[in-house]
Amino acid sequence: MRPDPSPLEPVSGDAARGLGAEGGPEVADEAAEVARARRTGLSIGVATGLYGLSFGALATASGLDLWQAMVLSAVMFTGGSQFAFVGVVGGGGSAIGAALAALLLGVRNTLYGLVLTRDLPRGGLRGLARAQLTIDESAAAAATGRTPAGIRAGFWAAGIAVYVFWNLFTLVGAIAGQHIADPGAWGLDAAAAAAFLALLWPRLRRREAVAIAVAAAFVALLTTPVLPAGLPVLAAALVAVAAGMRVRTRSRGAEQQHLEEGTR
Amino acid sequence: MSMLWIGVIAASIGAFVQKWIGYQVPPELLERPRIARITTLLPIALLGALVAVQVATSGTAIVLDARLAGLAAAVVLLILRAPFLAVVIGAAAVTALLRAAGIG
Repeated sequence: MRPDPSPLEPVSGDAARGLGAEGGPEVADEAAEVARARRTGLSIGVATGLYGLSFGALATASGLDLWQAMVLSAVMFTGGSQFAFVGVVGGGGSAIGAALAALLLGVRNTLYGLVLTRDLPRGGLRGLARAQLTIDESAAAAATGRTPAGIRAGFWAAGIAVYVFWNLFTLVGAIAGQHIADPGAWGLDAAAAAAFLALLWPRLRRREAVAIAVAAAFVALLTTPVLPAGLPVLAAALVAVAAGMRVRTRSRGAEQQHLEEGTR
Repeated sequence: MSMLWIGVIAASIGAFVQKWIGYQVPPELLERPRIARITTLLPIALLGALVAVQVATSGTAIVLDARLAGLAAAVVLLILRAPFLAVVIGAAAVTALLRAAGIG
């Protein structure tokens, strides 16, 4: 255990990597960490991808054709926004209204980019791929990484696996349409919640982290009835902003240590 | 080109720009202690919110159903240090069984 006052161990990769370990075990740890991150990412990809079935079926039932459903899954590629788009269209709304609802829900992907930018490659084709694959699941898988390599492995494994399975199952859902059983019957909605919780779990070692997570969940539920779908998660992000602003109340030493970790 | 196609393409491009723009913030800004602290706390808050929204809401309504039992199963499995996949499958199985039995 590190004598670290911050609840942020998983993200402060270089600090964790330099943790008094000698070359040998450190390299083995790193390989195990990358393998673990890849397994987790792949599991998320399969579980989330299956949800593409319901998206494909719902999209065609809402009046989109097969190609429109596929463009949404391949190019928009962010589940919440896609469901919002077809929801508005299916409810008789305009295409502009559907696009606005989708973009409202997509704002949180911008936040993920802020968090991930330190650890992922910039520029070039991989920079564009990185942006396109930035969604709830890839950001969450990256967040469980304990080293920069683990963060990257989790991000790419989850991002690529979700992309492949999501598009594949969108196609199946759009073609098979109403003949597809409701994924809810398989408990896939609970599986998604469990996946998010499992990704959160390793970060809850400190009381402050637990308090932030619980407060965020509370804010999200409290604002759900009054805000359009998707915004409650953004409202909950304000909890992290508020907690982060409290930095002044910490001891100078803790702040300095955090500064070192933050800048790496 | 129909309005629907224009909406699909415009919203899809917009969604990509939203993802891309988060990475364009200058590193110096992110390295400020307070901002660094907020960006490291953000995943905790976002994950906490995503769990709550995924387990207890449907559209803009709070809905408590078999998902809660699935999440409880996940908590037990996490305390028992079960692997990620076991946690996810366990939660799905409990929820699916309850629904098959007509509960929740």
